[in-house]
Amino acid sequence: MEALVASAVGVMTAAGIFLILRRRTFPVILGLSLITYAVNVFLFATGRLALDAPAVLNKYEEVPYTDPLPQALVLTAIVISFGMTAVVVMVALSAYLSSKDDHIDMTAQDSVDAPGEDA
Amino acid sequence: MSLFLIAALPFLGAVLPALLIRAGRNAAASAAGLTTFLALMGLLIHIPSVMRGDVVTARFEWIPALGLNANFMLDGLGFLFALLILGIGLLIILYARFYLSREDPMGQFYTYLLLFQGAMVGIVLSDNILLLLIFWELTSLSSFLLIGYWKHLPEGRQGARMALAVTGGGGLAMIAGMLILGNIAGSYDLSVILQNKDLIQASPYYLPALILILLGCFTKSAQFPFHFWLPHAMAAPTPVSAYLHSATMVKAGLFLMARMWPVLAGTDAWFYIVATTGLITMLLGACIALFKDDLKALLAFSTVSHLGLVTMLLGFGTKFAVVAAVFHIINHATFKAALFMTAGIVDHETGTRDIKRLGGLRHLMPITFTIGTIAALSMAGLPPLNGFLSKEMMLEETVHTTWLNSHYLVPGLALLSALFSAAYSFRFVSHVFLGPERTDYPHHPHDPPVGLWLAPAFLVVLVVLIGLYSAAIVGPLVAVVSSAVLGGAELPYYSLKLWHGFTPALYMSVVAVVGGLFLLSLYRQSNALWNALPRPEAKVIFEAVIGALATLSRWITDTLHNGVLSRYAIIVVAFTVGLGYYAYTSGTIGPVTREPLPAPVIPIIGWICLVVATLAIMWFHRNRLLALVLIGVVGLIVSMAFNYLSAPDLALTQISVEVVTMILLLLSLNFLPTDTPRDSSPARRWRDAAISVVAGVGTGALIYAVMLRDFAFPTISDFHLANSYKGGGGTNVVNVILVDFRGFDTFGEIIVLGIAALIIFALTESVLSTNVRAYLLNRKPHWPQSGDSHPLMMVVATRVMMPIALMVGAYIFFRGHNQPGGGFIAGLVVAIAFLMQYMASGYTWAIERQRFFYHGTIGWGVLIAAATGIGAWFNERPFLTSDFGYINWPPLEEFEWATALLFDTGVFLAVLGAVMLALDSLSRLAWQPGMAQEFPMDINPLRNDPKVDELKEQA
Repeated sequence: MEALVASAVGVMTAAGIFLILRRRTFPVILGLSLITYAVNVFLFATGRLALDAPAVLNKYEEVPYTDPLPQALVLTAIVISFGMTAVVVMVALSAYLSSKDDHIDMTAQDSVDAPGEDA
Repeated sequence: MSLFLIAALPFLGAVLPALLIRAGRNAAASAAGLTTFLALMGLLIHIPSVMRGDVVTARFEWIPALGLNANFMLDGLGFLFALLILGIGLLIILYARFYLSREDPMGQFYTYLLLFQGAMVGIVLSDNILLLLIFWELTSLSSFLLIGYWKHLPEGRQGARMALAVTGGGGLAMIAGMLILGNIAGSYDLSVILQNKDLIQASPYYLPALILILLGCFTKSAQFPFHFWLPHAMAAPTPVSAYLHSATMVKAGLFLMARMWPVLAGTDAWFYIVATTGLITMLLGACIALFKDDLKALLAFSTVSHLGLVTMLLGFGTKFAVVAAVFHIINHATFKAALFMTAGIVDHETGTRDIKRLGGLRHLMPITFTIGTIAALSMAGLPPLNGFLSKEMMLEETVHTTWLNSHYLVPGLALLSALFSAAYSFRFVSHVFLGPERTDYPHHPHDPPVGLWLAPAFLVVLVVLIGLYSAAIVGPLVAVVSSAVLGGAELPYYSLKLWHGFTPALYMSVVAVVGGLFLLSLYRQSNALWNALPRPEAKVIFEAVIGALATLSRWITDTLHNGVLSRYAIIVVAFTVGLGYYAYTSGTIGPVTREPLPAPVIPIIGWICLVVATLAIMWFHRNRLLALVLIGVVGLIVSMAFNYLSAPDLALTQISVEVVTMILLLLSLNFLPTDTPRDSSPARRWRDAAISVVAGVGTGALIYAVMLRDFAFPTISDFHLANSYKGGGGTNVVNVILVDFRGFDTFGEIIVLGIAALIIFALTESVLSTNVRAYLLNRKPHWPQSGDSHPLMMVVATRVMMPIALMVGAYIFFRGHNQPGGGFIAGLVVAIAFLMQYMASGYTWAIERQRFFYHGTIGWGVLIAAATGIGAWFNERPFLTSDFGYINWPPLEEFEWATALLFDTGVFLAVLGAVMLALDSLSRLAWQPGMAQEFPMDINPLRNDPKVDELKEQA
């Protein structure tokens, strides 16, 4: 089981990094989503894997529990990553709608036009 | 009054003028004055103990592990400076009330002034050098605001920038020096450092620490070669110049040299650095001052010269020189503040401070003339005024000083600068007030109202009284301060009196005064000579250096930060991979301690789906819709994996987030190109692939290694498991961690989520306010639209499901504390229920039925969560401490109440509002005018529908 989880994390990380190195906004967003999955699973797995041992207390008998702390951290991370994805999507969309260009790299012309260059 | 309060009063009072300025300028000035007066009274209460030689302290341990304690102490030295700062501050506040014109924002002025005053008081009362450094930097910052107070004047802004650059830069050097000093002494408390003279002077780090600290002092006190900022700071309003350059800012450097005198002084390095710098500064300042035509520039350079004098005395390292230095600090503060105020009055009443356009004012402004003349004669060193006394002591001391075996160098140069000093003082009097009356003053000059001359008059009275009765008035103070500077050592023999008999110092004084008069009589010739001499212009050099630095940093920024984001990404990834490799090769890895879990068939099938889908995304990512579908597959498998691996909460969260993320990405894809063109060369793709694979293998191997080993240290998870029910009242430990143990994190996270949604809303607003709006309204979709945009089946299904979905949301919410669920998940589920209505029935239909704005939902969520947390305060518990209990209402079964539920309600509302606001904003981009006429599922035949009317007419 550990090998499956670890290799899945590795594959998702690799694909995510490959995609964030592309030059258009949409693949980069997809890459960030993949990396988000990989990171969340990674963090979750630092609590070690357990089967049939959810961290819900059993009043009637002594049973093993999995580590609840990484789960709590990952739960908020999932929700926050939605917020982050939404902001990035909106930034990408605004940029594309304003310039009709979805390249992520700024050209030399962009830096000349950039504000805040008063001498 | 506690020292904490004295130091804090100006800061607390700083808000008052800013607020009270609406009630008028007198209210603002009175508030500032009253604050200062209170602090001054608080200080004066300590006179008896300070005069006994006691040290008053106030200690507060803040971060003892770092040695950062808010410790204050009040000894003679601190008392003298605090007295000057608060006392002259009070006079300046009075003076400024009448000096500033109606156009100047007076509330702001007093706020800045009090901030500065507080920072200065903080410096002189600090017992901890880290605390002192903080106040030191605060003086640089607040003086920046004061010097640049007239924002419309370019000279003001340039002067402020220069002052900040020089004094702030010196301050940075001083931080380093102080840290070294603290390390040598083993404590950051001044009272400890001052006891360790031998340890510090024997240390090999003594010289670096000395040089760094002196850099801070010299820049602040405008010592050569850093003296150039002070004259440029004269662009400030005169009250600021009078305050900063007579009693406070520039004296901070002198204060620190005096404070550190017991441990740093007495070595050759100290003597040659400090005394030489002081001597050069004294001579140079006096020489330049004589030839300045701007009244304030003349006073500025004379200030530089007098600061040099005190620095030189401290540098001598002898006890008698220290007494002279202390005495001169007092005298200089009195006559120089009066002179600055006089210059301000002249400027105010005649409309110019150019000496060449002035003269003959003695009959027109008799009061100002009297005040200015007495102060100037004191500065020249004429008896019976106080300036004479301390100048005598200085000259007396130079006679006994040898510099590199030369007995004549120091006294000779000191005499020369005393001569120049007498000359510029006489020039101040004769070229402004004496001579024939003129007819071409810009304004008609006359004496100002009493408010303006009262403060300098008071100071001039002090000048005379200290001169005549020095031993009686300031004798005890000088004694106490000097012994504080000397670190408790015995005071040398000295006497504060006018007549010491025929001493060398007296002859030198006579020579200086007569020489000064002679030099002034030849002013025309000497000024021509001075103008013919080439000399470097400090401002030009400064601007050139700053310009070169700016060019250099712009070049570095442009080179490293050239806008190619994909390059930044690859640098970050490659560096992280390299770091991981280094950690792998340099560290050791423990043995495997955990048995791997078995891998049955179904998880293997899931794994295959995930890996295939992920690789397919890499391969087919240019077809964006396909890539999105594949991402959905990956997300589903991840949520199933969470469920399988004992994380039901995560599975629920992941799957609901998955739904909203997919909707979000589909919405955005509506506007973006459908395909990604091939931009990268094959070589680049292979390079990227290679880096990605290495990073992926590294990450996978790392987590594999982690999973097969037990924790190296005991974790805090056992605590959470053990206390979840007992302390938090819930059996779902994950939820209890979220709303209770780590509730503060969750509180921060819902705020972040709300901010993200508001950013999206704001971006949408700004995009829609540009010409993009016209493009969106006329946009043709990428794909052919379905014939029926609101299919009947879907509309019916979603409306029937709405109450059920809400019920599920409520169920998940309420059981969250004890079973998988909770506010996060319930918020997402309810958001999906709403989104279904948007999708099926259309945006227009949905917002017509929307009764509340999502901004408000977010706001209420955060407020409810905060209010729950604050509720704990009323039970005298820390923020967000939860409480719970059980209620038994027959015939219902006993059930639990918990404040955590209320907190979770806040989480629920914030998540719901944030998700809805984000998606709602994106949907608004798609809105087109024709959509308003489309009605989804016309279930009411009686409704006024243009289409129906049209059909009826046709029939």
